[in-house]
Amino acid sequence: MKIAVCLRRVPDTTTKIVVAAGGKSIDEAGVKFVANPYDEYALEAALALKDAAGSGETTVVALGGDIVQETLRTALAMGIDRAVHLQGTPSADGLANARVLADHLRGGGYDLILCGKLAVDDYGQQTGAMIAELLELPCATAITRLDVAYGRASVEREVEGGVEAASCALPAVFSCDKGLNNPRLPSLKGIMAAKKKPLEVIAVTPDAGGVTVVALALPPERAPGKIVGEGAAAVPALMQALTSDAKVI
Amino acid sequence: MTDILVVLEVRDGALRKGAGELLAAARRITDGSVDALVCSAGAVNGLDALGAVGADRVLTALHPDFATYCPDGIAATAASIASSYRAVLVAATATGKDLGPRIAARMNAPCAMDVTSLDMNGNAIRVVRPVYAGKALQTLDVSSSGVIVVRPGAYPAGQHGRPGATAAVNVPSFTRRLEVAAVRKSDKGALDVAEARVVISGGRGLGDPKNFALLDELAAAFGGEAAVGASRAVVDAGWAEHGAQVGQTGKTVAPELYIAVGISGAIQHLAGMRTAKVIVAINRDKDAPIFKVADYGIVGDLFEVVPALTAAVKQARAH
Repeated sequence: MKIAVCLRRVPDTTTKIVVAAGGKSIDEAGVKFVANPYDEYALEAALALKDAAGSGETTVVALGGDIVQETLRTALAMGIDRAVHLQGTPSADGLANARVLADHLRGGGYDLILCGKLAVDDYGQQTGAMIAELLELPCATAITRLDVAYGRASVEREVEGGVEAASCALPAVFSCDKGLNNPRLPSLKGIMAAKKKPLEVIAVTPDAGGVTVVALALPPERAPGKIVGEGAAAVPALMQALTSDAKVI
Repeated sequence: MTDILVVLEVRDGALRKGAGELLAAARRITDGSVDALVCSAGAVNGLDALGAVGADRVLTALHPDFATYCPDGIAATAASIASSYRAVLVAATATGKDLGPRIAARMNAPCAMDVTSLDMNGNAIRVVRPVYAGKALQTLDVSSSGVIVVRPGAYPAGQHGRPGATAAVNVPSFTRRLEVAAVRKSDKGALDVAEARVVISGGRGLGDPKNFALLDELAAAFGGEAAVGASRAVVDAGWAEHGAQVGQTGKTVAPELYIAVGISGAIQHLAGMRTAKVIVAINRDKDAPIFKVADYGIVGDLFEVVPALTAAVKQARAH
């Protein structure tokens, strides 16, 4: 089984956002970058499926500047077999990026293409579904369960008020949500091995797409709150505030 | 071309809530027509009410495969008529977030995800959307045609008194690549944290997973309006379902009332709940960061405060 995972490099979720000069992006000074947390579920799923099959190949693909090679090496250290760096500047339009990824993945003979549900920076939540449409493959997004057998996949995804089960033939594209699995950490042996694994670099040029970033701004601060009191004795004061002032009860 | 197409969500033969909100969002960006596409396997109740909340026409697309969610067929149907419209709007629900990008790809047009505000800016649609889980707001101009996925609750439903005519739309031939079963309702029948008017979240301060029962009791006191959420720390520890997690790697919630119990307030948690109308924090540590965003805080032992609050809420609602 051949499995590809699309990977994004994003600021760590503990990052405090500072808007850069120009007001359209974040100030990256001092920011720690990591593999997108949702992509780690995709990486783990790929590794677990290959482990279970006892054969196959896992590939990780990332679009971006040279710095994404660092993140690709992290995936290799987790156990992914080879990496592809699509070297280029991502567009603000997710479809332009999906097109670059799909163009590379097309003809790669992949049984499964996996990605994270969303990237925790731009919250675009569209890459997986768009790649699937461009490649005319079956797709389910934000899956929390994946079983593969006899050339078919069964998945589950959460919807409001319940769970939706779905199935399709392979090849297919899935985007992975928290709950799918528990991603492994790179081992020391894996980190050493990653240095020798193949990392192919391919120059790409995503098109400009149909969206323009106008501004990035911090949300309005919340008005400072107040401590209404200590212990259970403060409950009447809290209830007074919630019923009379805020009127939410 | 200024007309807008909204794609409404149907489950089990009924419209999902939020149709009026989505039509209100569409009305913000057009003086032209707003058409509502409804894909179903049979008759859907409530379509005649859509005119009053802003639909000029209800376009019904019938296909046996539409008995359950059929992304391939719905995307094909929406895309087949999309060229007649300035933009396509869908709601940012689990289903809409799945469907929007598919329609956009088939239209060869961009998709703006989880938009909280939209307006026209010249010929472009200007949208604002939370990024970094709401730690920042991105303003985008969607210059060509495109799909706008609008967060539920962004705009209240309005009254328009439109005629609300109905027209049938042909379902183009499509390949059903994904077969989707009917939604299996959650065991508890519990409200989703993303949908509830009141969210009560627990963190490590609860000390033990069984103590979530205290929060369940407080939620029950709100009579079916409240859901129980959780911090990442306790979800990762296995104390709560991942679906309950509020924060940057969980759900973003904007309830009227958010009660954080035993949650210190890590930056990635605050990102997920900072747009709640009213935030209450109950924590032993008076220096916990959660108190910086809370409108009302109680410093104290949650095992004393929460039961007292549960009793008080029950009493208040009994009146």
